[in-house]
Amino acid sequence: MLSDFLQLMLQELLLTIIIFILLFLKLSSKELSKVNLLNIINLLLLINLIGGFFTTNSGTLFGDMFQTNDLLIFEKNILNVGVLIISLQSYDWLKTHKHLVEFYILMLSTLLGMYFMLSSNNLLMFYLALELSTIPLAALTNFDLEKRQSSEAAFKMIISSAFSSTLLLFGISLLYGTIGTLNFVEIPAALNGSPLQLFSFILLLTGFAFKISAVPFHLWTADVYEGAPVAVTSYLSVISKGAVLFVFTSVLYTVFEPLSTSWYNMLFLLSILTMIVGNLFALRQQNMKRFLAFSSIAQVGFILIGISGQNIVSTASVVFFIVIYLFSNLAAFGVLTIVSAQTGKESMNDFNGFYKTNPTLSWVLALALFSLAGIPPTAGFFGKFFLLLAGASKGNYLLITIAALNMVVALFYYLRVIQAIFMTKNEKPIEKIKVHLFPKLALLLCVIGIICTGIFNTVYNYIFSLLK
Amino acid sequence: MPLCGFVVLGLFGKKYFSKSSGVIGSLLLLTCTLLALYTSYNYFIVEGPINGTYPTLTVFHITWLSFSNNLSIDLGILMDPISVMMLVVVTFISFMVHLFSIGYMKGEERLATYFSFLSLFTFSMLGLIISSNLFQIYIFWELVGVSSFLLIGFYFEKPAAVAASKKAFVVTRFADLGFLIGILLLGYYGDSFEFSTLIRQLTDTQSLQFTAITTASFAGVSILTWSLILIFMGGAGKSAMFPLHIWLPDAMEGPTPVSALIHAATMVVAGVFLVARLFPLFSIAETALNIVTFVGLISAFLAAVIACTQTDIKRVLAYSTMSQIGFMMFAIGSSNVGIENSLGYTASLFHLFTHAFFKSLLFLAAGAIIHIVHSNEMKDMGGLRKYMPITHLTFLIACLAIAGIPPFAGFFSKEEILLAAYHSNKIVFFIALITSGLTAFYMFRLYFSIFWNKQKELHHFHHEGTWTMKLPLVLLATCSVLVGFIPFGKYISFNNKVAASHFDPIFSIAPVTIAVAGILIALWIYKNESNKAKQLAVSFGSIYRAAYHKFYVDELYLFITEKIIFNLVGRPAAWIDKNIVDGMMNGIANSTQNISFLIRKVQSGKIQHYLLYFFAGIISMLVVFIYLWK
Repeated sequence: MLSDFLQLMLQELLLTIIIFILLFLKLSSKELSKVNLLNIINLLLLINLIGGFFTTNSGTLFGDMFQTNDLLIFEKNILNVGVLIISLQSYDWLKTHKHLVEFYILMLSTLLGMYFMLSSNNLLMFYLALELSTIPLAALTNFDLEKRQSSEAAFKMIISSAFSSTLLLFGISLLYGTIGTLNFVEIPAALNGSPLQLFSFILLLTGFAFKISAVPFHLWTADVYEGAPVAVTSYLSVISKGAVLFVFTSVLYTVFEPLSTSWYNMLFLLSILTMIVGNLFALRQQNMKRFLAFSSIAQVGFILIGISGQNIVSTASVVFFIVIYLFSNLAAFGVLTIVSAQTGKESMNDFNGFYKTNPTLSWVLALALFSLAGIPPTAGFFGKFFLLLAGASKGNYLLITIAALNMVVALFYYLRVIQAIFMTKNEKPIEKIKVHLFPKLALLLCVIGIICTGIFNTVYNYIFSLLK
Repeated sequence: MPLCGFVVLGLFGKKYFSKSSGVIGSLLLLTCTLLALYTSYNYFIVEGPINGTYPTLTVFHITWLSFSNNLSIDLGILMDPISVMMLVVVTFISFMVHLFSIGYMKGEERLATYFSFLSLFTFSMLGLIISSNLFQIYIFWELVGVSSFLLIGFYFEKPAAVAASKKAFVVTRFADLGFLIGILLLGYYGDSFEFSTLIRQLTDTQSLQFTAITTASFAGVSILTWSLILIFMGGAGKSAMFPLHIWLPDAMEGPTPVSALIHAATMVVAGVFLVARLFPLFSIAETALNIVTFVGLISAFLAAVIACTQTDIKRVLAYSTMSQIGFMMFAIGSSNVGIENSLGYTASLFHLFTHAFFKSLLFLAAGAIIHIVHSNEMKDMGGLRKYMPITHLTFLIACLAIAGIPPFAGFFSKEEILLAAYHSNKIVFFIALITSGLTAFYMFRLYFSIFWNKQKELHHFHHEGTWTMKLPLVLLATCSVLVGFIPFGKYISFNNKVAASHFDPIFSIAPVTIAVAGILIALWIYKNESNKAKQLAVSFGSIYRAAYHKFYVDELYLFITEKIIFNLVGRPAAWIDKNIVDGMMNGIANSTQNISFLIRKVQSGKIQHYLLYFFAGIISMLVVFIYLWK
């Protein structure tokens, strides 16, 4: 029993230990300089990442509350990679922050919540894990302590997520009322599609939709993204969204499989709305963070198309796309983090003529945007293509056509940024930025990810083999 | 030979990564050209046809990503007559353009960037040609789009260039969405992305896939037709077919050698290539093929008329390219399965082949002229023949070729196209005939206004250009004269079988007469202002003299050409093109912006509102999914 416990929960345990180490570090941090602290923390995160690759067990624990298997471990590893990249990127910002250890403690707590959420095998467990991954995030959002905007964002976030959690909990209790169980394995057999069950399912769905900011449950996204520190924004838009999407896919495919015709229609509607609204909003944004926020909303619309495919290929495509999305979005946010930390500039106009002074950063940003727009040979193209292919297997060409049209609109606004960076003249462009080793490493990692994930088939084939 | 193909690719891959300067770029391309020539020599002559059929070789093949048991994405290199032919065209033209660019772009600050973009483009174009499946072709297709975006926007200090590059990218991307959906449809129903497998499975009327794709239908048209129409949409976007042609004239903002490479010889014919690739499928979907024909025809005619009214020489050439590609399209559209009807297919590719030479020649010559005059406007030119004898001569050859005067290259291919059109549809044939007359007219309008006409004072006159600029012109001119004599039908035909060339001297009387008439009209109108008009009138023989003296006929001609063709046909056509077609595209873009502005109010910043929308979302989902849409 104990050995099972140790083996199956290896990743969770490792992370918990790291959180405790950080707590102790905090208590004794007077002797350590901030730079050293950051080095130690990044090393710990690296250990966490590497440790994740050595876990290969599958099984359940705690009376079917907790489950793990190879796919889940892989998904957790993806999250680890993302967290490490974000941590490296925000080096400049954290170096000057007086509560950097708390930042990590909070962030890793949410990560732990996501681990449990991925591994949950029971709706109650899922709910608890979701809360664990949400509440510390609101605190993180407030981490630009001097900025009022940051506090406002945190406030908005906590209110909206409380609202969504309430409805989610309401849905769970209704579901429990109708079928008398919350276990993922037992739910499918008891579902019969009665209106009450559908009602509870819709409430559950909105809980998910809120977290992945699907339209019309997305409204908190832009304000929170804009107000939060860039590192937190990228964490929200990539890690938090990715984790929920993983769970969303598996819950829809296994637990709510009997309701698949209903949720297919819901996804259809949500994905169209999400793509269109996300893109239309993104067209007009002037703040880079808001711009990326809306573009990431539009990306979620595409992911929903992939999810609607309902087969092995769709799961593989969704996971694959999230890996790519992680690299591309983090590369874009990474450049933003660096620029914002050193100059405080976040508006699109500030980026006019950016190429003149910072050619390397410009190319990284351009590559990331091309990948987000889905242009070959960047990985984003493959990701989008597979999502569409997965969606097309359902034969709903209206959906695919709308998606393809949206890709054109998206291309337009991504090009707008690229035009600003490379082509627009500016008398006073952002001065030359010196990039520290850590952020450089992180960007390099992203660039490698953007280029290689698509061209080499290993990643996709690996994901596919996990599913078989 | 497999090795050759691979080496070609390898070379380009390497080059793409290293920043090559002009000379390195040209040398590498020379190697590639030689390799391509060697490959084609091997393919056509040494290995030759086996049992009268050229083999389709898949040189290199790996399974890359597998979706399900029978649907996978592979990588491969496909060698068949058309890809080998295209290989030669692309490498050769690209080499010429590289060479020309050394002189043309001299003094440019970002020379290395320019050449690396050129190489990237050539690489992606070659990749497109040798792709063995739809997915691969789509990747390279998009890459071609990206690199042309970079090249058109090369002069990024010019706002017009930036706008043009963006327009080109977005319009072609818009067309590509059709292509993408078409690929998905074909792949899904045909159970494969491979050309060979797809064609085998879908042309076999007994196969499961054939039944599936022809019985499934959407809006009364079978999925097969739909997917082919959508794929053609992609092709039409890249090939600047009506109504997706609007990006091409604007794209002339790029450096002129780039226009020669991209907008004359290679990228714009990608659409024709795509249709040719999938021709066996098109041939079983009658409707799709008809669409190809009529889109091609409309483009050919419309562009020719518009070309008559333009004054910017590069724009004239752009419209003329569009018109010629229209020719290729309707030629391929009017061919059909069966030995006697597949003439159009051969003719179309033959025209593609010859057109590549003379059109790039025209563009490069135009580049040389612009280099000296520092203007694109026809009115700034005139009497240049003395200053630029070589350019003058080569330009004349190219004009004769495009007008279809024997024995220049264009004559043979255009004549075959007309013959094919004649066999399939008489209306198509007549429109084509008129268009080819118009072609001759506007090309010589251009020629006379540039090189004859009244003399302009050139303030800063340079030398005609370095030898690197002259050599490509001469080489291309030689090719424009000679390539027509290649018995093309022997090498390229619908089923890869060796077929005899169709050549009918009697038939060609009509087109040639019309072309000559077009030239004469042009001569008349645009050379008249020249001081030496009389001397030339003598040398041009009795037809001109007779016409010259009949003043009222002259007036009539002038009236017809200037007033009727220009004002009644050309201007409205240009106007429709500019305001309606262009306006429609702009309208779509603008309305998207406006909607986005309107809905922005939703994002008020007040959390009460957000939660209200949240709640409204839930309620509406409940209503929709529990009561209405079960």
